[in-house]
Amino acid sequence: MPPSFYILAALTIAATAAALSLRNLVHCALALSVAFIGLAAVYLQLDAQFVGLAQILVYVGAVSILVVFAILLTRNDEATKPLVSRFSVAGAATALVVLGVLTWAIDKSEFTHRKLPPAPAATVRQIGDALMTHYVLALEVIALLLTAALIGAVIIAMHNEEPKS
Amino acid sequence: MSSLSSYLLLSAFLFALGLAGAITRRNAIIVLIGVELMLNAANLNFIAFWRFGDHPEALTGILFAIFSIGVAAAEAAVGLALIIAIYRQYKTTNLDRIDSMKG
Amino acid sequence: MTDAIDQIFVNLKHWLVGWCPADLQPLASIILSVAMVIGVFAGLFAVVTVIERKGLGRIQNRYGPNRVGPFGFLQFAADGIKTLTKEDIVPRAADRVVHYLAPLALVMPVFAAYAVLPFGRNMTLTELDGGLLFFFAMGASTELAVFMAGWSSRNKYALFGAMRAIAQMISYEIPLILSAITVVMLTGSLSLVKIVAVQGTYAGWLPDWNVFTPWGFAGFVLFMIAAAAESNRSPFDLPEGESEIIAGYYIEYSGFKFALFFLGEYLGMFAISGLAITLFLGGWHAPAVWLTWVPSYVWFMAKLMALILLFIWVRGTLPRLRQDQLMNFAWKFMLPLALINLLTAGLWHFIPPGGVRWFICSALVVGPYLMLGQGLTSPDKATKRVYRFAD
Repeated sequence: MPPSFYILAALTIAATAAALSLRNLVHCALALSVAFIGLAAVYLQLDAQFVGLAQILVYVGAVSILVVFAILLTRNDEATKPLVSRFSVAGAATALVVLGVLTWAIDKSEFTHRKLPPAPAATVRQIGDALMTHYVLALEVIALLLTAALIGAVIIAMHNEEPKS
Repeated sequence: MSSLSSYLLLSAFLFALGLAGAITRRNAIIVLIGVELMLNAANLNFIAFWRFGDHPEALTGILFAIFSIGVAAAEAAVGLALIIAIYRQYKTTNLDRIDSMKG
Repeated sequence: MTDAIDQIFVNLKHWLVGWCPADLQPLASIILSVAMVIGVFAGLFAVVTVIERKGLGRIQNRYGPNRVGPFGFLQFAADGIKTLTKEDIVPRAADRVVHYLAPLALVMPVFAAYAVLPFGRNMTLTELDGGLLFFFAMGASTELAVFMAGWSSRNKYALFGAMRAIAQMISYEIPLILSAITVVMLTGSLSLVKIVAVQGTYAGWLPDWNVFTPWGFAGFVLFMIAAAAESNRSPFDLPEGESEIIAGYYIEYSGFKFALFFLGEYLGMFAISGLAITLFLGGWHAPAVWLTWVPSYVWFMAKLMALILLFIWVRGTLPRLRQDQLMNFAWKFMLPLALINLLTAGLWHFIPPGGVRWFICSALVVGPYLMLGQGLTSPDKATKRVYRFAD
């Protein structure tokens, strides 16, 4: 393993933990974007250039901004109330069990002990060809989904109260 | 420790953290952040299996990750719109207090 | 001989790197290239601030700076010393960590975006396969820095400015990317080096630049308008409109941090102009066959200066938009035109070359422009303004 992986992994996990545990919601959103950048760097390290760059464009450029806008549009009372909900113990236990099972499965599996094969070629042209031939139906469905989500989000969040005159 | 398993372990940690955040936090926005992080952990698995798999030239993992990013973007937009709509109704994003469906 | 001058920087770098021990050579090569880019564009920033102030002065019938150095051209040195020696004030209520990190988070992606721009023949820092995607990813990450600056200052004007800036950048990012996609469609590559290479031939006295096609011309105009909005240049400088919200998101910054914001904004403008040159204006290629003896980097810099002067001219000419005009312009005018332009580019690819192709594609560019312009500006649409909150 290259040392850069350990640095990136530590950064990503620390940022994720911060994003989910900080009290100030804007700090959470900023930590979240650091986690996204860390993951994008891991993708780049895995020779998945297109996905890594798309990750930065979509998550850091759009999703983080959406989260920030939602935080500013809603007032939060985090500063005074307890941070966690009433399911906190059960939730933490569930997450720990999931982590344990996943770790056990990864450790036991034969498949996961293989070494890094030589870097495959995944040029943008190949990805584009695959999208336009083999996966064209999925692409259309995604286009439909995004359009529906766009219209749906606008309608849900639209102000339907009449202005007071 | 071999290469693939360390990527999978990173992904498992991210997934567990996202799950813990999504279940335990009270704020709806943080819950959504947790869900996004779980989706990202799944994406990391796709990329790692593509990179270590037997047929990387098929690009399956890459394309699955790209579609997953698209779905996650749509999910974030709709989810945050729902949170804003709920906030207008209840004047809170605290999930413990949005319980009018509770019998 | 012309080749030697053209490649002088490349050869110089190889020669310098050759002096290093073998295992340090990749590192030395990276450091040299990065230092070169930072040096050249920070220097350009210094020169352009003076040119801008003098040019705006001339447009407004005054002299502009003329005290420091010959014709005032050393004004940037005086400005630099002033900002460096000023006190660095952080508001007491500010979120100190975020307030400190915001200028860095703005400048770093802007500098990173230069990594994929081809400045001349063999003069690209990294020839990424997805170079255009990298550029847009870096451009999109600056939005978060703007928000960090506005939010951490704990100042309502800063927050207003940040919200305006983010809304504007997100809205104009869509026409920006859509107009760039036409070039990607016709070139079949996201690599900026390849996009430049495709534009390197000459048809008669005209070079094969993308701007000399109907879709390319429309794309270039849309791209430049969106670029002005992305880099918060006038007439889209609402985020820092000094008469409304003083200085927008960097109101609470002083000293060197303010200089970093200033630097980031100008470098963003240079980078996006460089991308416009790469996509539409033939990159570093000469505009005519008999001018190919001039080195490639000279052409890049000349085109860059031309676009910068265009930005300065526009800034001195047009008044600032209102917020609703800004949004209407992006969503009702630029976005439909950019979408139709995608269709035009597709038709251009499939119709065989000739007059018919030119006629159809030009009609598809000019027709919607006229119709949309008529529809948005016709006087019968202008009704009495309804004030929602001001009554």
